[in-house]
Amino acid sequence: MSEKAARLRGKDLLGIADLTPSEITLILDTAEAMKEVSARPIKKVPALRGKTVINLFYEPSTRTRTSFEVAEKRLSADTLNIAIATSSVVKGETLIDTALNLEAMNPDIIVMRHASSGACHLLARTCKAGIVNAGDGMHEHPTQGLLDAFTIRERKGRLQGLKVAIIGDMLHSRVFRSNAYLLTRMGAEVWACGPPTLMPAGIEQLGVRATTRVEEAVEGADAVMMLRIQLERMQGGFFPSLREYFQVFGMTPERVRLAKPDAIVMHPGPMNRGVEIASEVADGPASVILDQVANGVAVRMAVLYLLAGGGDDETAA
Amino acid sequence: MRLLLRGARVIDPASGVDGARDILIEDGRIALVDVSIAPSETGHTTVVDLGPSLVVCPGFIDMHVHLREPGYEHKETVASGAAAAVAGGFTAVACMPNTNPVNDSASVTRFILKQAAEADLARVYPIGAVSKGSDGKELAEMADMRDAGCVAFSDDGRPVATALLMRRALEYAGMLGLPVIDHCEDKTLVGEGVAHEGFNASQLGLRGIPSAAEDVMVERDIVLAAMTGSHAHIAHLSTAGALRAVRSGKERGVHVTCEVAPHHFTLSDEQLLAPLAYDTNLKMNPPLRDARDREALVEGLRDGTVDVIATDHAPHHADDKKVEFDRASFGIVGLETAVSLSLDRLVHRGIISLARMVELLSTNPARILRVPGGRLEGGAAADLTILAPDLGVTVSPAAFRSKSRNTPYGGWQLRGGVAATIVGGRVLFVNPDVPQAAGLGRA
Repeated sequence: MSEKAARLRGKDLLGIADLTPSEITLILDTAEAMKEVSARPIKKVPALRGKTVINLFYEPSTRTRTSFEVAEKRLSADTLNIAIATSSVVKGETLIDTALNLEAMNPDIIVMRHASSGACHLLARTCKAGIVNAGDGMHEHPTQGLLDAFTIRERKGRLQGLKVAIIGDMLHSRVFRSNAYLLTRMGAEVWACGPPTLMPAGIEQLGVRATTRVEEAVEGADAVMMLRIQLERMQGGFFPSLREYFQVFGMTPERVRLAKPDAIVMHPGPMNRGVEIASEVADGPASVILDQVANGVAVRMAVLYLLAGGGDDETAA
Repeated sequence: MRLLLRGARVIDPASGVDGARDILIEDGRIALVDVSIAPSETGHTTVVDLGPSLVVCPGFIDMHVHLREPGYEHKETVASGAAAAVAGGFTAVACMPNTNPVNDSASVTRFILKQAAEADLARVYPIGAVSKGSDGKELAEMADMRDAGCVAFSDDGRPVATALLMRRALEYAGMLGLPVIDHCEDKTLVGEGVAHEGFNASQLGLRGIPSAAEDVMVERDIVLAAMTGSHAHIAHLSTAGALRAVRSGKERGVHVTCEVAPHHFTLSDEQLLAPLAYDTNLKMNPPLRDARDREALVEGLRDGTVDVIATDHAPHHADDKKVEFDRASFGIVGLETAVSLSLDRLVHRGIISLARMVELLSTNPARILRVPGGRLEGGAAADLTILAPDLGVTVSPAAFRSKSRNTPYGGWQLRGGVAATIVGGRVLFVNPDVPQAAGLGRA
């Protein structure tokens, strides 16, 4: 096990790539305490009382935005949601101008989702507020990576030495990147599997094993993580049909049996049943998909607490 | 009116001169280059002792710039671009036709030349469009544009997509004795790419532009140049594969030449991660390639495969760069940093000689564009670039003459710079940091 940091070094959480193993351990351990809060009858602690958190979403999101909002409310923060419909045709206010306007209201944290990779970096350079990346383009979705790791650790007791298979569209997936950074950094063996058209260049340099054979990826795995396949990838010519995708890469009960007997099956949602995952698997005994959702709240509470609450009091526990 | 430059090292690869020479300029023309010239007894002669630490070369020619006029005067004008050119040591520039309207007709060509004449700074050579509106369908009126003053043809930024149109462009431009300059990029492979396809773009989640997008188009153009016997010039070559193709084409005797931009021999795509992740001043097209490509280009500059250093000077307003990486405009300014980057990164690192640098920046672009200059000979216009090869330079974008500041080199400390720029015998730029050149300020 790696050591635990006393606090996070930066004011922002832009990506797992910036975190040390000891910072990751700090977030996961803090999330355990936060999970306990969610189990109480009164699910609220005053850790972020008087703090303002803005959820700035440039892409539609139900799950992630709701999860952040629940986390913020359980920490007693004042929250507001801003959803900005963007279109490449209509040229609206620039991101920097929006950021400066929000900054003028003196928020403590801005949680942002944006379609452009690196948009959170731009925001972080512009704002004094802490920035939490809730997904930027094809780059990272760090709180998803953290909640996935939390879920695996909760079930397996560790991350070190586990085999984790990630199956799907690696090329466009920010969930893949955050998971690859986090799990390899914590000593897990990560396998990436999907059609070669959906593998990013230089994927092995991320420290993962790449294969196009789903059986090889799943064999002996401790955790199997499916990524969402988007219909527009088929239209973009990345693979011939959803039907064929399911035949070659879909997670069926037969394929799950290749993994360890106690393996868990994960999905960041929203799922396409019958495309990347069979319903029998999604609803089966190995599935921890709803645990992931529950853990998402705890992990986001931990991140917000560590960035805005400090560690200067004991209110969280 | 005479000007006598004394005691400097004179480098002129075209005439094989590299040594201490005096240069006499009379009525805007080079009258004499000799080991020692005495000030004439008749007539007024201004004598400037430059001394052996300065280097006098035939004027540098940047054969790939974007002057943005007409249409985008908030980014650059012919006048501001020509001012940036002389401040950067260039006595002439060739400007790409992707203005608004596109320079696809003699009337636009004449407008650009009129603006250049009014600015009266660096010489400006327009490059005409290959196709009407640069839309890749019908050939533009090349002969008319040639007569109006165009020196080459290119659909820069919007590569000639079909092999058929490229074939016809090469054949037709061949009749006129002018090169076709191609921005080589297979747009179907580029897609919505914004950075070199590879590990670094993958880490940042940036859509990739594969090397193959450039390589296949360069190979195609070389095949077509061989078929037509015409001259294809590859703009801003950026990949090891494209360089191999050019090298092999040249070995087979195909009339192909190529240029490399300073950012491609000084930077590579790791810089997208640090020190400033997603810096939009590192977004250009072709993109910064990987370290092996950069090394291959440096080798091509050394071994002679690369003919020209050209900047692809691409001014953009700050508003076009202070946005998300994938929304930012492609390109950086280059006129005011190219000479220092070439001296520091190529000459002082022992990769090329000063004489080879002069070939890349003067002799060869003049030969490729068939324009005057590129050599110091009696009777020729006195276009001279004077270098201070050991001058310490700190790149200061705020001081640029260009209207735009989009450069990744701000704050870079480089060894070597421009001492002065002389166009047609007129001293148009003197660097105040070079005391040996101060006498030129009074010439």
